Amino acid sequence: MTGKYDKVAYYPGCALEGTGHAYNRSTKALGDALGLQTVELENWNCCGAMEVKNVDPKIQTYLSARNLTIAEDMGFDTVMAPCNGCYHNLKKAEYDLAHDPESKSVNERLAGKAGHRAYEPGHVETIHALDWIKQGIGEEGLKAKVKNSLKGLKVANYYGCMYTRPRHIFPEKDRGPGSESTLKPHFMDDLLEAAGAENVEYPLKTSCCGGAHTLSDSDTSTRLVLNLLETAEACGADVIATECPTCHSGLEMHQMRAEKVFGKKTSVRILYFTQLLGLALGLSPRKVGVHENFSDAMPMLKQKGLAR
Amino acid sequence: MPIHEKSLIRPENLIEHKDLFIDGIDVSGHWSTFINSRALTDYDESMQEEIAALPGGENIHRCWQCGSCTNACTVNALNPDFNPRYWIYLIRNGMKQELLLDKDIVWQCVSCNKCTYACPRDVNPEGVMKATAHWLELKGHTEKKPSMIFDEGFSQQIIETGKIEDGLVIRQFFARTGQKLAQNWLVAMAIGLAKRLPVAMGIKMGFAAVFHPRTRGWSRARAAIKDYVHEREAANRKALGLPTGEDGR
Repeated sequence: MTGKYDKVAYYPGCALEGTGHAYNRSTKALGDALGLQTVELENWNCCGAMEVKNVDPKIQTYLSARNLTIAEDMGFDTVMAPCNGCYHNLKKAEYDLAHDPESKSVNERLAGKAGHRAYEPGHVETIHALDWIKQGIGEEGLKAKVKNSLKGLKVANYYGCMYTRPRHIFPEKDRGPGSESTLKPHFMDDLLEAAGAENVEYPLKTSCCGGAHTLSDSDTSTRLVLNLLETAEACGADVIATECPTCHSGLEMHQMRAEKVFGKKTSVRILYFTQLLGLALGLSPRKVGVHENFSDAMPMLKQKGLAR
Repeated sequence: MPIHEKSLIRPENLIEHKDLFIDGIDVSGHWSTFINSRALTDYDESMQEEIAALPGGENIHRCWQCGSCTNACTVNALNPDFNPRYWIYLIRNGMKQELLLDKDIVWQCVSCNKCTYACPRDVNPEGVMKATAHWLELKGHTEKKPSMIFDEGFSQQIIETGKIEDGLVIRQFFARTGQKLAQNWLVAMAIGLAKRLPVAMGIKMGFAAVFHPRTRGWSRARAAIKDYVHEREAANRKALGLPTGEDGR
């Protein structure tokens, strides 16, 4: 569309090297298919995920800021993070460094001791994989490349918590037409619709999957996930599209746990939006990592004519 | 100065009126408005200040008790006793004994930030929940809760290596909390995945479990973060009036 995201720094984060590998594979494959180039941050570190802030929030600020420094040192003004946790933490670091003098001074102190330049806010823009496709390619650009329409596939779009909350760290959202909404996000809906999918009205788009306590309070997480799954089914969805590895693996894990521990079976499938868009562009299920998902979506994809 | 207020709406605080007529209408019975007032003198004046001194609690004084946090809360929908608005009220008034009745569920906040999104006063209730859970633990009112065991193990791994390997996180957490790794649902997931994974991928994952991913040249960052953690731990303990010496814990 504008070409402004044709070449961006890529921050995969830890989850995409582990349980979320399918998201990593499909994001890269999608970029290749769309002619968008990603250059991985050199020697990046963990952003602090959802855990470090509970030990001390300013360590999380430092961890995320170090990655922003790397992006800048590599000559980039944009870093793209597909993981909601990474995306959220880089945004939060950007916000805190600009608004909280103490966060800024702690970051400078830690960076100084660690032997690298401290990140100055305003130098690097953090975007989500959704922004990357929506604003870098756009619906029309995507439509022109669809080879295998998702027609007939009913999708519940699930964004989770960290893509929109807390709203003050996302100053570019809620800016009226064309911008993303924190209350009712739609970027993923827009892209999947352009690829031919039929989006269902899903009231739990930004509800919580309990990801922060997925292991430490499993029963709470299972109850939250089961609610997401059962509601998606009640809305008529074949598949829940995700854009966060923590949500995604939480949904898969607790779908299994709900069945084995609570005796509640649900059959809605769970796929990353990058996997669905990749399939629509004619990439094979293997190429977008469908075999790496914990829950098996192949029978559903075959039935819908999206895989052989 | 004593706090004077209506008592909390609990069965033991409700008054029963046997013959109460208002404008000729019989309104006898138990009503939630039939509550005795009370005067409190045994409140803890330092509680709000202490929780405000811990990370996340800084803005608790801004709360005007609108209840938007509780109304938006994910956990409250599962358990009505999980009530951020009420806990903030108790903390601000120093009503420690009432807060301690709920001490074993505060840690269950899932950090979804719906409260912070809804709050019209920028209290950051999510942060207040974390600060409160931290306070309960530091003051010895609760043991270390599973979420804190998880967070500390996770953070430790990042501080040591710069990165996280999720398989190791799971194994360590189950070991530290004395749970067996072979939970039937985890086993079912692993078997389901193994059936479909190509061999090369399985080998790659095995390698990641042996050679943990790490950030190169991390030692100075590690030392800097560790220093900072110690400094903050001491500052937090000092703010709570606890001994801060090396063996003070």
